[in-house]
Amino acid sequence: MLTLNCPYCGIDCDETELSPGGEAHLKRFGPGSTDEEFEGYLFMRENPRGVHFERWRHAYGCGKWFHAARDTVTLEVFGTYSAQVFEPPKEIKDAITAKRPEWSWREFS
Amino acid sequence: MGRYSAFAVAREALRDHQGWTRAWDNPEPKNRYDVIIIGAGGHGLATAYYLGKNHGIRNVAILEKGWLGGGNTGRNTTIIRSNYLQDPSAAIYEKARSLYEDLSQDLNYNVMFSPRGVMMLAQTEHEVRGYKRTAHANALQGVSTEYIGPARVKQLCPIIETRGPRYPVLGALWQPRGGTARHDAVAWGYARKCSEMGMHVIQKCEVTGVRTEAGKVVGVTTSRSDIDCDKLGIVVAGHSGHVADMAGFRLPIESVALQALVSEPIKPCMDVVVMANTVHGYMSQSDKGEMVIGGGADGYNNYTQRGSFHHIEETVRALVETFPMISRLKMLRQWGGIVDMTGDRSPILSKTPVENVFINCGWGTGGFKAIPGSGWGMAELMATGNSPLTDAFGLDRFREGRFIDESVAAGVAH
Ligand SMILES: Cc1cc2nc3c(=O)[nH]c(=O)nc-3n(C[C@H](O)[C@H](O)[C@H](O)COP(=O)(O)OP(=O)(O)OC[C@H]3O[C@@H](n4cnc5c(N)ncnc54)[C@H](O)[C@@H]3O)c2cc1C
Ligand SMILES: [Zn+2]
Repeated sequence: MLTLNCPYCGIDCDETELSPGGEAHLKRFGPGSTDEEFEGYLFMRENPRGVHFERWRHAYGCGKWFHAARDTVTLEVFGTYSAQVFEPPKEIKDAITAKRPEWSWREFS
Repeated sequence: MGRYSAFAVAREALRDHQGWTRAWDNPEPKNRYDVIIIGAGGHGLATAYYLGKNHGIRNVAILEKGWLGGGNTGRNTTIIRSNYLQDPSAAIYEKARSLYEDLSQDLNYNVMFSPRGVMMLAQTEHEVRGYKRTAHANALQGVSTEYIGPARVKQLCPIIETRGPRYPVLGALWQPRGGTARHDAVAWGYARKCSEMGMHVIQKCEVTGVRTEAGKVVGVTTSRSDIDCDKLGIVVAGHSGHVADMAGFRLPIESVALQALVSEPIKPCMDVVVMANTVHGYMSQSDKGEMVIGGGADGYNNYTQRGSFHHIEETVRALVETFPMISRLKMLRQWGGIVDMTGDRSPILSKTPVENVFINCGWGTGGFKAIPGSGWGMAELMATGNSPLTDAFGLDRFREGRFIDESVAAGVAH
């Protein structure tokens, strides 16, 4: 079972205590954007095999949203962090680089 | 590769079975093919087969990173049905179901198609209305289904507890010519025929890159050698996002693990397939006697081919109410496959932003039933540029908001 640490409560939660919220750090497009941008925002996903960033909600706990950095192949968790950021903080990026040297932060569309 | 027949079995019985030949060749990759298909699952193999059979395109290679049928094709619970709601779905799933009827004869390989009937239980008022609506839609589409009451459900499947307590069975959508088939045999049968037509089924050959020139595909790089091609078909289910990335485009797809499990073998106790979408579980009995049970999908992206344990508990707990007898069964094995989910729960059979690259994916939790129809349509799309079976399933439907919404018809993972 996947275990993530809620950055607000500080406790380790089993996945049954959490709700997955899908890919994180999507750039939002609304009225005035092109069809392509809107399609990208609504439907297109990185769906990577490897390092991935997600939104999760501590549904049966504090109820707050947070971010997680995970590997989708090994299920290894690199860390969790606040929901109030547009990209992963430095310590998360460093933690990933330490284990996946080939990894680089990409431009999310 | 001789023909399989009762005569061949008798002949071989008389000569100690020394005369059987390999079912398919194990060739080295050539430098160039007219068409390369990535992925030797059911959909990739069927695409190649109908390219050869219907369109005379036989200089074809099917490249597989593992062994053929080792992906979802060899991991599913083999339910075949075509009782979907939308017209484009009914067309392609019913084409597939009808091809299954004589697939064993066509492939000269016993795929053990068993049209034992598929029953989708209505356990809420909402479902009753939904399935009546589907039955009406199916009547207009020429798909033979009917809405039946609880007495008929009990008659067709006596081990169902129809009276509740929480979710009494109010009726069911019944498709008498739905059923199951042997999943491995579908992959093996197509592979054997492809090989017989001179195509190359190349196992242990992972595609690692897609080579393009001026927006047009020229070939692939693989773990074995670089191979050129005129046209490329990407048919890799859960790995579609990864391979599309090699070709330089993104997909509206998320990959998650979907699980299934089987019980110890018991005496025959149910001769239909039953799906219970409200409690979220479904079950059939294999020829070996195991109860084959479909489990849940993970809610988050992963490529583990395992799935989370709590889904097993949820599935079994849900089914025990409707099938009380399974509470005494021991479960033998559990496994997972990586399924490719789209937003509208319908597949993608499409051209792509790269010229001469085609993609067939997004079958998610329910593409085994579609293999022959999907291969038929995909082959036509690749050979001629369009197909009445696939036209509605293009990638552009997401941008255009033209969804083929089957999230209700496919409420449970199957
Ligand atoms: C547990 C479970 C139960 C299911 N139950 C049902 C059911 O009851 N009824 C139903 O209709 N459907 C069911 N499905 C869905 C069905 O199994 C799939 O939709 C279908 O098998 C997909 O077939 P495919 O040929 O597209 O993919 P696959 O069979 O997965 O084939 C894709 C192949 O591509 C290969 N590949 C991937 N990347 C590369 C690469 N880079 N290079 C070379 N090869 C590569 C893979 O190794 C794989 O063999 C179920 C699925 C699961 C997991
Ligand atoms: Zn919390």
